[in-house]
Amino acid sequence: MIALDDYKQNRTGDTQRFRGTVSKPFALIGRNVIRWINSIGAATIFLVLALLKTFHPKQFQKVIQQIYYIGARSTTIIMLVSLFTGMVLGLQSYHALVQFGAEGSLGTLVSLSLIRELGPVLTAIMITARAGSAITAEIGVQRISEQIDALETMRIDPFRYLVTPRITASIVSFPLLTTVFDLIGIIGGYVSAVALMGLNAGVYSHSIRSYVDMEDLTNGFVKSLVFAVIVATVCCYQGYFVHMREDSKGAKAVGLATTSAVVISCVLILVADYVVTSLLMV
Amino acid sequence: MNTPLIEFKNITKRFGEQTVLDQVNLQIYEGEVTTIIGLSGSGKSVLLKHIIGLLKPDEGTILFRGEPINDMKKTELAEAMSKISYMFQSNALFGSMTVYENIALPLLENTAMKKNEIHDRVMARIEQTELTEAAQKYPSELSGGMQKRAALARALITDPQVVLFDEPTTGQDPVRKNAILSMIAQYQKKFNFTAVMVSHEIPDVYFISNRILALYDQSIVFQGTPEELSNFDHPFNDEVIRSLEGLQKELTGLYSRRQFKVLHRSQLQSRKSDEGYCVVVFDLSDMNSIVSAIGYDRAQETIHSMGKYIDKHFDAIGGFSTRRKINEFVTVLPFSDIAETESIVKDFMEDFQKSGMSDIWGEAQKNDPQMRCVDFSVKAGMAEGRPVAEIDSIVKLAKAHQKEIGRLRCAVKE
Repeated sequence: MIALDDYKQNRTGDTQRFRGTVSKPFALIGRNVIRWINSIGAATIFLVLALLKTFHPKQFQKVIQQIYYIGARSTTIIMLVSLFTGMVLGLQSYHALVQFGAEGSLGTLVSLSLIRELGPVLTAIMITARAGSAITAEIGVQRISEQIDALETMRIDPFRYLVTPRITASIVSFPLLTTVFDLIGIIGGYVSAVALMGLNAGVYSHSIRSYVDMEDLTNGFVKSLVFAVIVATVCCYQGYFVHMREDSKGAKAVGLATTSAVVISCVLILVADYVVTSLLMV
Repeated sequence: MNTPLIEFKNITKRFGEQTVLDQVNLQIYEGEVTTIIGLSGSGKSVLLKHIIGLLKPDEGTILFRGEPINDMKKTELAEAMSKISYMFQSNALFGSMTVYENIALPLLENTAMKKNEIHDRVMARIEQTELTEAAQKYPSELSGGMQKRAALARALITDPQVVLFDEPTTGQDPVRKNAILSMIAQYQKKFNFTAVMVSHEIPDVYFISNRILALYDQSIVFQGTPEELSNFDHPFNDEVIRSLEGLQKELTGLYSRRQFKVLHRSQLQSRKSDEGYCVVVFDLSDMNSIVSAIGYDRAQETIHSMGKYIDKHFDAIGGFSTRRKINEFVTVLPFSDIAETESIVKDFMEDFQKSGMSDIWGEAQKNDPQMRCVDFSVKAGMAEGRPVAEIDSIVKLAKAHQKEIGRLRCAVKE
């Protein structure tokens, strides 16, 4: 009888251990999914709260300052990247199209690639690298050095003071910088195709005018707005809640938050690009 | 007693499993300097953050002028909180802004004042806190003491009724620690705000505090004056105060008040009741004008130097001394009569005037050649007592006999 009881107990223990081992990866996945859903919900509330404070009378100057920092100071790097993107696109496409005798469509290919996809995506990624990381680091340092608490004790809403101007400035800056990227990229394509490869300048410009319509420009514009909201929200959110990170604290947490902000923003830009493209093509 | 300005009723705060404050009850009264003392990590800063609303209690009620803040309307609460300022342990100055911009920030963001009005007010505070030359500098370019002053100027710019100081002397040397405490005491009198301070600088905080609150084992175990705390019979006294309070004070090198009493008792216990001993009470007159002329740090160095010379002269002949107030020292000479004491005090003054002052001014002028000199006097009073008498009554008698024994002048050393 005792032996039977022992046997039953051992069997129950084995079963529990087996279930524990099997369920472990699922539990891990479940926890991460729940954490992701929580984060998305929190970031959405974060964005809504920040946008609600956009029209405060003392915001204008701060928004202008941030447009200068996020937008104006990113112009040079955007121009440089777009010039070479356009040039390499022109060069590669020319060699591919010339084999089919279709080099006359080069302007269309370069301009549509830039306006629909490369312009908004690469601009967003470049701003994430240059300004987004700085936003996270700056807000993160302010959080760990109690400067955000200090704002609260001075009755200055940290959301209004730190987050709203950056999100608003991003919404203004992204489409403008995307336009700059598109223009300089098309000029880059022109340089490599016309000046270097000898394509007729009229053919290049005519193919652009013939096939690029307002809808392409609007779609690119919509994408850049979506990316602006994503990048600014992710970067501000990562910095603002740096003290709640479970993996580390202090300066290390700021470093990790900055890395997370850049990685998450880049991934979300590409995911959102696909989603928005799908929706706009319907 | 009046209605407390701020009152905690059964406040409990937990972080996860850990209870930091457990059924805390306390009262803070208007116009006083109240200091919360306790060991590091005992929850003092957590308690302070509840007052300004940075943390919310899990249980209990906080009352502002007798009204529970939970029952207040949003506008009433905002109005109440607007009267409170907070000075952070880390100063929390904005590193990307100059001192001027840091101080102007609350006015720029919260008021409709014109730029020139803000400028006048900020400059007035900058001058009051002796930061004129640092106005356009960034916090990282300032010394620790100047950063504290900038943080204090920012905390005072909105004319608050209550200022909360979270460990204002952390990381400072003994001179600077006492300079900051002296600055807080002086501004509290000048601007008439209620000061609530968190500190473990025992006994230095006693000199400026009206009331002491002792946080021990997650609760407030004592509320009263610094004098009442010395008679408080509780494990807090053994475990906390004695561990924080060294036998000798950092600034002056003299005995702490408790150690002084113990020495007094043990030295005179064995004496016959008709054998006399002497008490000398020194007073560095007019501390405010000293501070305004040479600044907080130099004023504390003067006190430091005075303590050093008192120790040098009286310790050698079996005397022992303590600092009772910011500028008051008491020395017991167990084996001297009044005539001998008078002669020793005279020697002391000559030495202090000759070497002590020239050390201070020489050092001060090396750092700041433009520094303004100030003359000030030292008073001393002597009284003879019998071992059976209470020390306090003899000190009182000595104080009653105080007279100027020396007037000290700067620039002794050329």
